[in-house]
Amino acid sequence: MSEASPAKAYALHLGVIALLFALSFVLPDYHHGLLARIMVLAVFAMGYNMLFGYVGLLSLGHAMFFAAGLYGAGLSVIHLGWSLPLAFLAGIACGALLSLVIGLLALRTTGVAFMIVTMMFAQVFYLTILYFAAWTGGDQGLVVPQPARVLTFGATSLDLTNPTVRYMSALALFSVVLLITLAIVRSRHGRVLVAIRENEERTKMLGYDTFSNKLAAMIVSGTICAASGAAYALLFGYVGSSFASVQYSILPLLWVLLGGAATTLGALIGTVFMYYVIDIASGYTSAYLLIVGIALILLVLFFPKGILGTIRQRWLGWLP
Amino acid sequence: MMPLLTTKNLARNFGGLRAVDGVDFQLMPGEIRAVIGPNGAGKTTFVSLLSGRILPSSGMIVFDGDDITSQAAYVRVRRGIAYTFQITSVFANLSAYDNVALPVQRTLTDGRSKGAVRTGVMAALERTGLADRAHMPAGQLSYGHQRLLEVAMGLALKPRLLILDEPTQGLADSEIDNFIELVREIAKSATVLLIEHNMPVVMQLADRITVFNAGRILAEGTPEQIRDNTQVQEAYLGTAP
Repeated sequence: MSEASPAKAYALHLGVIALLFALSFVLPDYHHGLLARIMVLAVFAMGYNMLFGYVGLLSLGHAMFFAAGLYGAGLSVIHLGWSLPLAFLAGIACGALLSLVIGLLALRTTGVAFMIVTMMFAQVFYLTILYFAAWTGGDQGLVVPQPARVLTFGATSLDLTNPTVRYMSALALFSVVLLITLAIVRSRHGRVLVAIRENEERTKMLGYDTFSNKLAAMIVSGTICAASGAAYALLFGYVGSSFASVQYSILPLLWVLLGGAATTLGALIGTVFMYYVIDIASGYTSAYLLIVGIALILLVLFFPKGILGTIRQRWLGWLP
Repeated sequence: MMPLLTTKNLARNFGGLRAVDGVDFQLMPGEIRAVIGPNGAGKTTFVSLLSGRILPSSGMIVFDGDDITSQAAYVRVRRGIAYTFQITSVFANLSAYDNVALPVQRTLTDGRSKGAVRTGVMAALERTGLADRAHMPAGQLSYGHQRLLEVAMGLALKPRLLILDEPTQGLADSEIDNFIELVREIAKSATVLLIEHNMPVVMQLADRITVFNAGRILAEGTPEQIRDNTQVQEAYLGTAP
């Protein structure tokens, strides 16, 4: 947050992006595919972190923003036959609009009331998807057909079902969102968001309209989550109501808590960690959720600020 | 000369308690005004009404010729009313630098100051003697330094009216002397409204003193007039000599 070491911070983030790029060429197929998915979901976590980590607002309804992007993009390909870039933008627009409306209503509350209100709106969104099963496929969901997931520019074409294209597309989205997040938290607006988290009354007395700042953060957060959902629909070809369920509101919270709330890279680390703990544990036992649970408890006990949050606290104070 | 701030019949009730009860008050530009009174006299409620932290039950507040009675606190801050808290309320987890950067970048956004954030921050920290502690988390500063940081944040808002709520509370005697100098310095560019219990500080600093009692203004005048006022002596300073 301080003005010091911007070069160091940007170098670190570019280094992480370069590492993910290099991994594409060395990872075995299985992990290659898994990491592509993780990067898309890490974008979801970064969006969540924007509001939860930096502004301190705990939402239990962010699945609706992810799902808004997912359905916004997926349905416009399936029903309207839109091109992929247009569908992607449609997904993002759905998330931006939804977060504006939800923000205007839900930000009138804070704390536990905010958690409940966001959760209720997400449930409404989830039930709406089920209600309009004729278009959304209900709880079965819909598959985005493979021919529709090819991007053509004149003579050349990009097939999003190709693992390398998929990985690079996921990496591109991840990188853009990571750098946007970094720029926001280092900006003046980012400083105000942290101040609101620390003491909203005091921030008002320094001349800040805290409601507008929170609304802006809500829209950025919801839009990033929607970008993740839209990318998920187009890259992995499935649009389903389970992504709008309460489980998908809680997952980003867990990823962010694991990686470290209010750290830019924590979202990625938390998502990778959680995915691999589940992956490795399920190789040994069918009771893998027990192991995940124990891992979570240990982390909360010994790393209450999350992995990167603890590293920042003990060793690397300059981490953004 | 037009008053910088005027209140007309200003009142605020908390349930049945009339914490501020029909106060008519005027503050001239450039003066240092002290507000004194026994505990529970309504001083903090009164300045909270001025800063917009709480809204009045009735009455009117005029700042620089405009009615600001129903304006939100953040709008009043942008107009130039800064408030420093009675209980230190710095952002404990942020560095001293970031604490001051918040008000500095606000005045830059409003166009009330120019230049880089860093220059403005370091100037405010220099003025309060905290420059060498810029990168310490505010929560790790000593209490006296946190109070000074609070003043630095108020200063950085480039206020036209700076409201200081018991600023010397918890300061050591040596720190109080520096503080008096600091307030005199601030008063060259801003009007100062000071709630203070420490009478020597009040007597040294104030151009005029307003005495509150039970939500009303009991007396108002120069330090000498207030010292000689028998009503004030009975209500506040103890028995008459």
